Amino acid sequence: MDELIIAGEKFSSRLIMGTGGAPSLEVLDQALVASGTELTTVAMRRLDPAARGSVLDVLRERRIKVLPNTAGCFTAGEAVLTARLAREALGTAWVKLEVINDERTLLPDPIETFDAAERLVAEGFVVLPYIGDDPALARRLEQAGCAAVMPLGAPIGSGLGIRNPHNIELIVESASVPVILDAGIGTASDAALAMELGCDAVLLATAVTRAQRPDQMASAMRLAVQAGRLARQAGRIPRRRYAEASSPMTP
Amino acid sequence: MEVTINGAAHEVPDGTTVAQAVQRLTEQTTGVAVAVNDEVVTRGTWATTALADRDRIEILTAVQGG
Repeated sequence: MDELIIAGEKFSSRLIMGTGGAPSLEVLDQALVASGTELTTVAMRRLDPAARGSVLDVLRERRIKVLPNTAGCFTAGEAVLTARLAREALGTAWVKLEVINDERTLLPDPIETFDAAERLVAEGFVVLPYIGDDPALARRLEQAGCAAVMPLGAPIGSGLGIRNPHNIELIVESASVPVILDAGIGTASDAALAMELGCDAVLLATAVTRAQRPDQMASAMRLAVQAGRLARQAGRIPRRRYAEASSPMTP
Repeated sequence: MEVTINGAAHEVPDGTTVAQAVQRLTEQTTGVAVAVNDEVVTRGTWATTALADRDRIEILTAVQGG
């Protein structure tokens, strides 16, 4: 598989994992290994003195690069502070910028996201913004200096797949930074479709961590991302209205 | 004086530092970040940054998410 390059850093896996939703760190660990991921998101929250074990230990042990997110932020100001705290706590300038508009849909707020992205880029962060499937916003964020764009397939945790494949293709067509399909993946065919549409990578969590067998679904996602990438590069046949015989028609 | 640490009120002696506030919650120093009144206090200055009455201290770490 050809390498994924984000902000000059190379990854041989095109599957980026989230860590949310796993019933235990052991289950998460097995799923991460099965997924083959090299880049995985974490959230920043108030320290709980009673907590035992840390997701950071799992990632360190498996040598997986940590990608902090700003999940739970509703404003640019909150997201910028969370990114600064993540940089301080984790020693990385990478951030998955996530600024949501409401708790029911968890849809990203484009205005706050753009504002935060500009401020974080100016502070030297490597910014990967989570956005709707909006080609215009994707282009504006790229122009603002984001290292990638991460359009959703469907709302977070919904498992609805890619609701607007046409918009994802439009984003891919005009982007010169990596396009990472983020959110909405339900099963392996969704991940394969994202790659067939030309996305550079897929980010998913719930589809694996809440599957009945997380490690097996993680393997399925790894293979699906590889298959989708290969199919994209192989060049699919055009869709036709009628049949085209693959055997000679004369006896 | 009274300060708020992660949303809970704490009565602390005058001159209490950020480092001492962190120690109330954890012995851990890596993987942890602190903001006082929405400004990040870098780890190297925890021991020399004194808190003031009514300060809001947020002590964060990474958890499963995203």
